[in-house]
Amino acid sequence: MKKLSLSLAALLLLSGAAMAETVKVGIAAEPYPPFASPDAAGNWVGWEVDMIGAVCKAAELECEIVPVAWDGIIPALTSGQIDAIMASMSITAERMQTIDFSNKYYNTPTVVMGPKGVDMTATPEGLAGKIIGVQVSTVHEAYAQKHFAGTAAEIKIYQTQDEANQDLAAGRIDATQADSIALDAFLATPEGAACCESKGAVADDPDVLGLGVGVGLRKGEDDLKAKFNAGIAKVLEDGTYDAVSKPYFASSIYGG
Amino acid sequence: MFALAAASSLELLQFSPPGWGANLLRGLVNSVLIALGAFGLGGVIGLAGAFGKLHGGPVTRDLLAIYTTVVRAVPELVLILILYYAATDAVNRLLLGAGFDRIQISGFAAGVLVLGVVQGAYATEVLRGAIQSVPAGQIEAARAMGMPPGLLARRITLPLMLSAALPGLANLWLIATKDTALLAVVGFGELTQETRQAAGTTKAYFTFFMAAGALYLALSLGSNALFRRLERFARRGERA
Amino acid sequence: MTRGFWMPHRIGMAALALAIAVWCGVSLRWDWLPEYLPLAAMGLWRTLWIMAASVVLGMALAVPLGLAQAAGPWWLAWPAQAFCTVIRGTPLLLQLWLLYYGLGSLFPGIPWLRQSDLWPILRQAWPYALLALTLSFAGYEGEVMRGAFLGVPKGQLEAARAMGMPRATLLRRIWLPQAVARALPTLAGETVLQLKATPLVATITVVDIYAVASKVRQDTFLTYEPLLLLALVYMAVTGLIVLAFRALERRGPARR
Repeated sequence: MKKLSLSLAALLLLSGAAMAETVKVGIAAEPYPPFASPDAAGNWVGWEVDMIGAVCKAAELECEIVPVAWDGIIPALTSGQIDAIMASMSITAERMQTIDFSNKYYNTPTVVMGPKGVDMTATPEGLAGKIIGVQVSTVHEAYAQKHFAGTAAEIKIYQTQDEANQDLAAGRIDATQADSIALDAFLATPEGAACCESKGAVADDPDVLGLGVGVGLRKGEDDLKAKFNAGIAKVLEDGTYDAVSKPYFASSIYGG
Repeated sequence: MFALAAASSLELLQFSPPGWGANLLRGLVNSVLIALGAFGLGGVIGLAGAFGKLHGGPVTRDLLAIYTTVVRAVPELVLILILYYAATDAVNRLLLGAGFDRIQISGFAAGVLVLGVVQGAYATEVLRGAIQSVPAGQIEAARAMGMPPGLLARRITLPLMLSAALPGLANLWLIATKDTALLAVVGFGELTQETRQAAGTTKAYFTFFMAAGALYLALSLGSNALFRRLERFARRGERA
Repeated sequence: MTRGFWMPHRIGMAALALAIAVWCGVSLRWDWLPEYLPLAAMGLWRTLWIMAASVVLGMALAVPLGLAQAAGPWWLAWPAQAFCTVIRGTPLLLQLWLLYYGLGSLFPGIPWLRQSDLWPILRQAWPYALLALTLSFAGYEGEVMRGAFLGVPKGQLEAARAMGMPRATLLRRIWLPQAVARALPTLAGETVLQLKATPLVATITVVDIYAVASKVRQDTFLTYEPLLLLALVYMAVTGLIVLAFRALERRGPARR
């Protein structure tokens, strides 16, 4: 009797593991337009949200979008709360020590944004004596610490890029460094258009800025990685990538 | 100019899109649900802890003392981070080590667990003080008449200690509702997080934070009124 | 006393705790400590002075708030009561964000602000943190002080008034000292609560010890070590606060 119930239990556990499991894809809980932001009805919309749907469909995965705080998204992945990260996370050597990445699905330049009318270049000299705001745990924070910390007056760390943009509009910081598309989205808003303008792209540093944005995965999940890579390749091939990008961007952001 | 600002603020707060009112209310419901869960869990832990401190062995009492001291000395935000990330990681590692699959702990469950553990430490002290205030004579009389301990707890101790515990419990409930705001830092979609998202997307920071403040205030005023009535009910029959 | 504390089961538990501590020290990663020690020291200093300053200023504000509610005319008592109710009814995190980001979002509409003398203060984050924590402490202590003022035996006040003591002197010599003396025993606990409120200032870019621990977490991707050390630091500071207040109480006049 005991053997029967034990084997039944084992069968149930195995069958549970064999069933198609939902892949929990983590996105940042903070708004990051135009990639992912909540709308007034509480749904997440944006290019990245659409792309998650497209890639998962192409990879034949059942994906569930789970918003997680950005500064805890990697621990959430490693501890198992989510199974993948598609939150505009750049592929960097430093992150590769802890997690694995799929192939990239976009790559855009990094720019510095500053107040209108102020002379500023996106270089250590141009930002001398300025207060720079960056989002915590991003490649931009790493870049600013590495290149600008020597000359800048202060580097302030914000929980979200949004808050950094707010403080730039309020005048509390002199510049912010972030992804060009995210900053363009801010400059398209009335507040952004009134206060600020782009000061140009920063000098590239692939070690810090990474090799594009990929899907973050736990180390050892080669199966899932292969599936995501297949999905990304498929959407690039069959034109879904361009179809998804069309409403958002004038040209492809896949990058070189 | 103020009228214009006020009109646009009200528009942002409307119930249906493009107003964000529904999001905020949904966040409020989440906050209340988590607070209820945490308060309940805290109450259960607190009862167990209070009985443990009063009737338990020396090791139990010391462990409970460590538990309450640590929780009361470490900020809730740090405890939330520790329980949310480190504890779930540890649990999953144990499960993997034992050969089971990872368990997925939903954000809601994690929030309730974390805040419940924090509430439990404070509730232990509140309930312990309340149980100790039950007149010893009543308990002795019940024991003398041969009442079994379970019946004694249910019929005598708990009803009598309720009126002494209520002010402390009311305070704990308010703390629970406000501590749910800290879950915004781990990204859970309760009222403060919804407010931050709405403010971030629309840039109307002032409007939304004031609205959220009004909602929290309504919650705490309502809770105060509710607890006043509960206290009157619990004190029925007591000398004024 | 010492003999009674070290009962057999306590010795066993202490040995177990020591074993756990040694295991942690050996098997967890602590190599990041030397690099971050100076930053951690500065963060700890910030935590301590923000806590101390907000307690002192908050207490200074709480006394008039309590007095207004206990003895003031309705046009003083009602605003004081409303202030305490609002502060105690809303989360500190929300108050903090309202002050920093909410006010900050109004700045672009007031262009002359940047030329004013207040600008250097309005620009930085710590004044807002200090203000929010002070107001919060004042809100809670105002309620405590109200109870303390009302708790002073009425007979004393009536006797003083019967003897013709002017109201200011009555307040200064009898009412205030006794009310403060009634509130002091709770001050140790309230200070600990204030310490526990300080981590929230990290969300508005003030670099306190919690923010330093967050930075370590982001840079090293470690989950346990920074958080455990942070918890230990807070427990140590709490212990110091409790000891300090106990020493102060002993030095004061002997209580009946």
